[in-house]
This record gives sequence, structure tokens and C-alpha cells, in this order.
Amino acid sequence: MPHKTFFWFIFPTGLAMILFIGLPIVSSFFQSLHIETQQVLMEVENCDPFGCQTNVRVDVEATDKLREENPLGRFNGFGTYLDRNHLAFDEIGEAWNSSSSMGEFKDIVLNLPFYKALLFTLTFCFAVTPPVIFLGFIVALSINTLAKIIKGLIVFGTILPMIVTPLIGSLVLFWMIDSQGIIGASIQILFDDPNLSLKASSNLTWITLIIYGIWHNTPFAFVVFYAALQTVPQDPIEAAYIDGASRFQRVRYIVIPHLYPVATFIMLICLMDNFRVFEPIIGFSAEGVAQSLSWMIYQDLRNENKMLFGSAGATSMLTIIGIAILLTPVLIRTWKEFRTER
Amino acid sequence: MKKLLIALLFSFVSASAFAGSHSPCGVTNGSINILANEFTTYRIFMDEVKSCAGPDADFNVTHSVDHNKLQVAALSANPAEFSAKLVTNGSITPLMNDGLIRPLDDLVAKYGANLNENQKITIDGKIYAVAFMANAQHLWYRESILNDLGIDVPSTYEEVIAAAEKIKAAGVMPNPYAGAFKSGWNLGQEFVNMYLGHGGEFFKSGSAQPNVNNEKGVAALNVIKKLTELSNPDFLTQDTNAVKEEWESGNVALMHVWNSGAASLLDDEGDQAIKADTRLAPSPSVGGGSKPATTLWWDGIGISTNTSDENAEASFRALVGAASSSELANDNPNATVWLIKGYTPGDTAGPVVDAANRGATPYPSFPHMSLMHGALSSELVEFLQGNESAEKALADVEAAYVAKATEQGFL
Repeated sequence: MPHKTFFWFIFPTGLAMILFIGLPIVSSFFQSLHIETQQVLMEVENCDPFGCQTNVRVDVEATDKLREENPLGRFNGFGTYLDRNHLAFDEIGEAWNSSSSMGEFKDIVLNLPFYKALLFTLTFCFAVTPPVIFLGFIVALSINTLAKIIKGLIVFGTILPMIVTPLIGSLVLFWMIDSQGIIGASIQILFDDPNLSLKASSNLTWITLIIYGIWHNTPFAFVVFYAALQTVPQDPIEAAYIDGASRFQRVRYIVIPHLYPVATFIMLICLMDNFRVFEPIIGFSAEGVAQSLSWMIYQDLRNENKMLFGSAGATSMLTIIGIAILLTPVLIRTWKEFRTER
Repeated sequence: MKKLLIALLFSFVSASAFAGSHSPCGVTNGSINILANEFTTYRIFMDEVKSCAGPDADFNVTHSVDHNKLQVAALSANPAEFSAKLVTNGSITPLMNDGLIRPLDDLVAKYGANLNENQKITIDGKIYAVAFMANAQHLWYRESILNDLGIDVPSTYEEVIAAAEKIKAAGVMPNPYAGAFKSGWNLGQEFVNMYLGHGGEFFKSGSAQPNVNNEKGVAALNVIKKLTELSNPDFLTQDTNAVKEEWESGNVALMHVWNSGAASLLDDEGDQAIKADTRLAPSPSVGGGSKPATTLWWDGIGISTNTSDENAEASFRALVGAASSSELANDNPNATVWLIKGYTPGDTAGPVVDAANRGATPYPSFPHMSLMHGALSSELVEFLQGNESAEKALADVEAAYVAKATEQGFL
């Protein structure tokens, strides 16, 4: 394709991407470099049904005046990125000096909000993605061999977990694993421990979230694999069949190599999706023990009475960088394959 | 056919022409759109507001337990998403900080003749809210269970723990205690109660510097830890409404929840044997202190700054009509402790009055308190799970608070 044609071909998409993705990212970045203007406090007399007392309040007029002078707030450089709620370099340095063993150092670092969230996010990503690809492939292979007449129904049933809104799906599961719910109560009976609760321990909550993640994401992998299976050439399969290859060998040596690029694609999308894990944390009320980077952004914007735009912006930037780092190996690999194919 | 059409048209026109007069509160124009918390007493109050506004008023109410998270964004918009917000002494400060609710002096002068003096919440000499009820968390117990085991009604948290241990040891219930320990606002609130009960102060005097990492804070946390050990293992996911359900299912013998819970805990739905056995008791004190470990709250009406004067007036008239309706208060005497003129307190008002008499502290209304509450909400979980020490948890709270307060310009 000539460069000019390509340019006009890509122009509308490019423009939309700049407008709706590029500019908001630049704006978040600028916001993340600023913090709120100084709040001007004043002493006032407050009276309510419980009596009168002297208290402080924000002098709205004076603060508004400051805000008008600096609508973006005070410039803070990368201060927000480095504070305790984000990269926390000072705290890590201090922990390095004060801790006597690696284990203690690790405990201190993983107790900092950003690293705690990063640990869960990465664990979720890497625990969910491989089973999703594996299960998706198995399901696709199995359904591909079904008789045509029941195929449609089974395919529909299989993609249901993806159709259910994540928040609703996780809420349903949340009630089922309640100590009085069907799964929770069964597990208690099975292990003969009336105090066993999937919601109480952080490890079990993490496992629950991961299982939910696999359940929710597998249909996506299945759909893509299933579509790709239809493109597997029949000639080599028949040839292999005549040569006496078993079903396993046919899958191992013909189908899998053919689906390899598709698997890379699924991995890419799954990693990206799982890196921004959010809804199950809310659905499972798991904020206490499992925080993700997306949940931190939500927390900054919603859970405080006041929106912490700078903090949310900084976490967003760090998330983007995180996704970029995570995807680099996959992208390099795809690029290399692309080069060799030429 | 034509006749029918004309008749229909006529009845339609006449209905709309004569209907305008049916607003007991005299709401004629302007739309009313209210944001409020979600619990039974508020529903009762809102029914009254709605009937006061009349059937033809443009009336909307959004009940949400997330009202605290929604309010600042919703009222910052201009025009604001809501013309009015039901506020408390906790949720009013973030709105005051940004000037999102308006002074009500002129509206009170026009329409507030039937209000008690103590319903008017004044800040710096101006009325910013009109309170209609008082609330506090206090102890609830199952009389028959305590009687069977010969336990006196506990008056301190040490006695609560001993009583719960006794009930557990007797095999009556595996998890006899309940409190709203859901990680987030509820858990933060439990610490606020317990810390104030120990006589703690959240900030170094005269500044926004945090002051929770001390002996009182550690003692407060240790009491909470003991209580959670006697609670359902899922305590970190249970908010007030979940705790009430546990109670109504008969899984709990002692709990510390809101007085306004009486509206649903003592109504005529559900297992009446449990309801007949439910008793209210004053909030316990803790650690040898004299005042109860609870906070006093008022709930009231705030009107948006960023809404038209017309909407503000309509909303205020409807809300204040309910907030000065002695029928509402006396028809539902046990729904809460109403502050409305002419109200005779019901049987359930005792614990709130008792808390006020024994010097319980109103919930702190510093402008930076919500940031402290937020830090408490997220940093105490690991201690309760036994993964870190109380000192470490409190140090984390202070550090998280400092980072946020710096970003917000308080430090």
C-alpha cells in the first residue's frame, strides 16, 4: 500500500485515537503533576442539637480565590508519584536500611499500598491467563467435535460467563460462597470446619477471585480458538490420519502450530484485561484483602469524600507503564515472527 | 369515537388543571431531586416529604449507601445533579469545604416557623442545615439468651467480650457478637467510636497533623480485634444492613449498631420471636472511661448551592414540611429519635439520650476528618487479620493520611 493511501486509510482511526485516548492521557499526566491548592482554614462557632463548639472550617472564599489563580492546583512535579501511596521510594529506602532480613524488607514493601496492589494485580494476571488459554483451547477442541445439531446450544451456554456483567457474576458467586450459601456451606461440611470462610482469609479470597477470573475469561479464549479451528486446513490432518497419527498427535503437531499466533493474541488481550482487574473486587467486597491498581484509582476518585485527581492520575500513568512493560515481551515476539515471515 | 376522544381530552385537561392545588407544603413549581442514604428511617422520612410535595410535584429521590462517595461530584456540577442532600454531621464537612450547600437563613425565616431552635445547624452564624433526627450506635441484646446464662446487661466493652465468650462457650452460638466491620467506611467508624471512647483525639491540637498512633489507639484496636474474634468470620464484608440480617436470622446475641435500626429490627416482618426478644441498651464504655464508646449524629437537610433558587425553594419547602411534621414523628416514634417539635420519644430513644447525657462525643466535624476516616477505612484490615501489629497499622494510617492530606492542601 502506498504511504499516501495508508495515511488516508488510517487517518480517521488515528484522529479518534488521538482525541479519545491520547489527549486524555496527556491531561491525566498533567493533572498528576499537580496537587490541590493550600486550604485556608478559619475558626468558627458551630451549633447543632448537641451544643455549640468552636471548630475549624475551610474558608471557601479565600480557597476559591487561590484556586482561581491556579486552576490546576500547586505544581508538585513527580512528588505524587514518589509519595507513600505510590512508588514510596523514601519508605523503601528506609525499610532497606532498617530491616535485618530480606523477608522483613519484603514485608514492609508489600505493605505499601501501591506494591500491595501491584502484587495482587500481577498474581491475578499470571494465575488467570495460562489456565484461560489452556481451558479455552480444550473447550474449543471438544465443542468442535460435537454433532452440529447440539453445537449451537452448547456454544451459547459456554459463552454465558462472558455475557454476564462482571459485577453481577461476582455478586452471584459472592452470595454462593457465603458461609450460609450453597458453596460456602458445602465447603464447611466437606472440611468439617464451621469457621471456614472463603471471605475471611486473604489467601482464600485471592483464590476465589482467581477462579472467578478464569471462569469469566475462558469463553473469550474459547470463542477465538473456536473461530481459528475452522481455518485449520483439512488436508494435512487427513494425511496424518492416513499415516496413523493419533488424535493427540494430530492436535500436537498440526493444530497447535497452526493456532500459535492466535494463542499469542489471546494472551495479549488477556494480560491487558486482567491487569485492569476491578469489578470482582467490588462484587466480592474484597477491598480489604485484595486491591488492584484499577481499584486504587477508583478509591482515589470515589472512596474519599473528596476526589484526589493528582493521585488517581499518577496511578493511571503507572498502570499504563505497567501494561507497556508487561506486553513488551509479547510484542517483541510478534514483531520477530512478523519479520521472519517476510 | 369522536365523542370518546373529546371526553378523554376533556378529562385529561381538567385533571391537570385542577391537580396543581394538591401540595400540602405549597410546592408549586421547581423540581425536587434528593440524594439520601439508604435505611428504613430515611424511607419513612422520604415518604412524608413526597406526600408533602404533593402528587403533581416533580419529585425524585435517590437512596444509596454510597451517598458519601457520590455527593461531592454530584453537587459540584453546575447545575447540580441533586437539589438537596440529606446530610449528617459527618457528611456535611466535605460539602462545606467546597461551598456546595447554601446558607438557609432566608428560607428558614420564610418556611421554618415550626422548627425547634436546636434543629437549626449553624456554622459561623449561618444556618447550613436543618436537622430532623439524632442517631447513635449502641448495644442491642437478646434478653432470653442473656437471662438463660445469668449474664447481666453489659455496660462496658470488657463485659461485652466476657458475655460473648460465655455465650460461645455455652455452645448457644458460634459467633455471638456482631458489628459493622466491613472494610471501608464502617470499619473506620468502629475505630472512631472505640478511639473516642478511650478519650483519644484524632489530630494534634490546632493542626491537621494526625494523632492516632498512641496507647489509646492501640488499646482501641485491641478491643476491636477481640470483638471481631467473637463475630462471624466474614466480618470484613458485613456492613450495617448485613449485620441486621444476621440479627434477624437469630445468629447473634449482642451487637452494636445504629439506633435507627429499630425501624426494621422491630417491625412486624420476619421472625417475631427474635424481635420480641430484642432489647436495646446504652452504648458501653471502654478501658475504664466514663463516656460511652460511640458518636452522636444528627441527620438533616442540606440544599445545593448549584441549583436554581426555584428548585432550592421547592426542595426546602417539601423537606422542611416533613422535618416539622409532628404526625410523622408521633406515627413512627420508634423509627429514630426525631428532633421535631411536638414529638414524644418512643421506647427506643433511651440509648441515644443516654449517650448524650453521659458525654458521648459528636462525630468530629473537622474539614480533614473525612481523609482520616478514609485512611482508617483501608489500613486497619491487616491488623484484624493478624498480619501486622497494632502499632504498625496505626503508623500506616498516619502515613496514608499524611500523603492524602498533603495532596489535598491541608498539610
